[in-house]
Amino acid sequence: MNRAFFIHSLSNEMKTVIIKYNAGNVQSVRYALERIGASYLWTDDEQEIRTADKVIFPGVGEASTAMAYLREKGLDKVIPTLTQPVLGTCVGMQLMCRFSEENNTQALGIFPVDVKRFPSGSLKVPHVGWNNLYDLKSPLTKGLTENPFVYFVHSYAAPVNEYTVASCDYVVPFSAMLHKDNFYAAQFHAEISGKEGQTILENFLALS
Amino acid sequence: MLTKRIIPCLDIKDGRTVKGTNFVNLRDAGDPVELGALYAEQGADELVFLDITATVDNRKTLIDLVRNVAQHVNIPFTVGGGISSIEDVSALLNAGADKISINSSAVRRPELIDELALNFGSQCIIVAIDTREISVPIETISHQENVTGRFGTERISTHDQKLMTEHIVHTHGGRKPTELRTLAWAQEAQERGAGEILLTSMDADGTKAGFALDLTSTVSGALSIPVIASGGAGSMEHFQQVFTTGKADAGLAASIFHFREIGIPNLKNYLKDQGLPIRI
Repeated sequence: MNRAFFIHSLSNEMKTVIIKYNAGNVQSVRYALERIGASYLWTDDEQEIRTADKVIFPGVGEASTAMAYLREKGLDKVIPTLTQPVLGTCVGMQLMCRFSEENNTQALGIFPVDVKRFPSGSLKVPHVGWNNLYDLKSPLTKGLTENPFVYFVHSYAAPVNEYTVASCDYVVPFSAMLHKDNFYAAQFHAEISGKEGQTILENFLALS
Repeated sequence: MLTKRIIPCLDIKDGRTVKGTNFVNLRDAGDPVELGALYAEQGADELVFLDITATVDNRKTLIDLVRNVAQHVNIPFTVGGGISSIEDVSALLNAGADKISINSSAVRRPELIDELALNFGSQCIIVAIDTREISVPIETISHQENVTGRFGTERISTHDQKLMTEHIVHTHGGRKPTELRTLAWAQEAQERGAGEILLTSMDADGTKAGFALDLTSTVSGALSIPVIASGGAGSMEHFQQVFTTGKADAGLAASIFHFREIGIPNLKNYLKDQGLPIRI
């Protein structure tokens, strides 16, 4: 594509990039943006990512495989140095942490937190389904009710810490959302979390 | 608190929703996209689209339908029917499905579960199990005894087959029995990387007499992954039973929703009033 033309064509429009990598099924994020009428670019190109207004770092699947791919593409150096608003979801959020117990993965370290497997006990692991959030402190949850329901599918989670801006309980309390500087993260799948999820995505795209 | 899920199932034939009693006498219950969006609006927690024709010719129709659903529905949805390869799954996930469900193909070649879990992650792989209770021989007991009669003593052998009803996995829409015991197969599916089990009792399916509570409880209690109970829903109480006695994580039904015998908002309010964790 002619780059100059591309930038020109977007000059009056926000540029949203979804980081493309081998993290399983990330199509839902693309369709969610289409449903709210947001255009996006799906790419692993460093320049495109750096020049975006908003970056979405999605992910499902397994942490160490995803991390290996990011290293291979050099994206492990790019993502932590981005300065525009970045939203990591699910495994994307876990990779923004320091370490994940899932195959002992050294991650990006944006949030100085270690992701742990849910303790096995009376409840099933993975945590699958709709659960409610509490202690909402994120600009992304603006306009939502106090305890909105969102959709989770995961076996690993970040404990509640100083960067937690939404909590959830399953076996133990865990971080449903994190926020530090320009980095935002959600453990749940906002893209398939009904109207509430849609509001969260819209709030992210509306960040200045 | 994690909530119990209510999942309408839309059986798809030639791009339209159908549902019949025990899989015969299909009736047309509408446009799948419209119906799916309506259910999402009404509070359905997920949707399942099951392609019951699933021939090669219909594949493209199905992919188009999945894309159309993804563009209109903002809750998770699963697609099943005729899926037997990584390519099938890839095409459906690319079209926007959140999860896929496999059934006969996994029975035929259990390694498929491992391959799909490895390629796409367990979270999007549902193993559907159609089960029916049938009598099976569990052991043959041979007796030998000496019988003394008019012509002397003879040694007589008799063989008794001890029969027992067992839950046996069926394929081909529940018509064809396999060698697999239901619980053992569910456990194997979990070991191989299934993210959830969709358990359909073919004995209960279409009866509206309630879910198979004992079976569901046995399977769900033995697994660490969620179990979606299916078959037999006829009343709101049946859902209450399957979430308590049946230990199910989710309840799936079709015709009672399609023909508006039970409204999803009413059902969810009822279950919440019964003290169950429900997303309203």
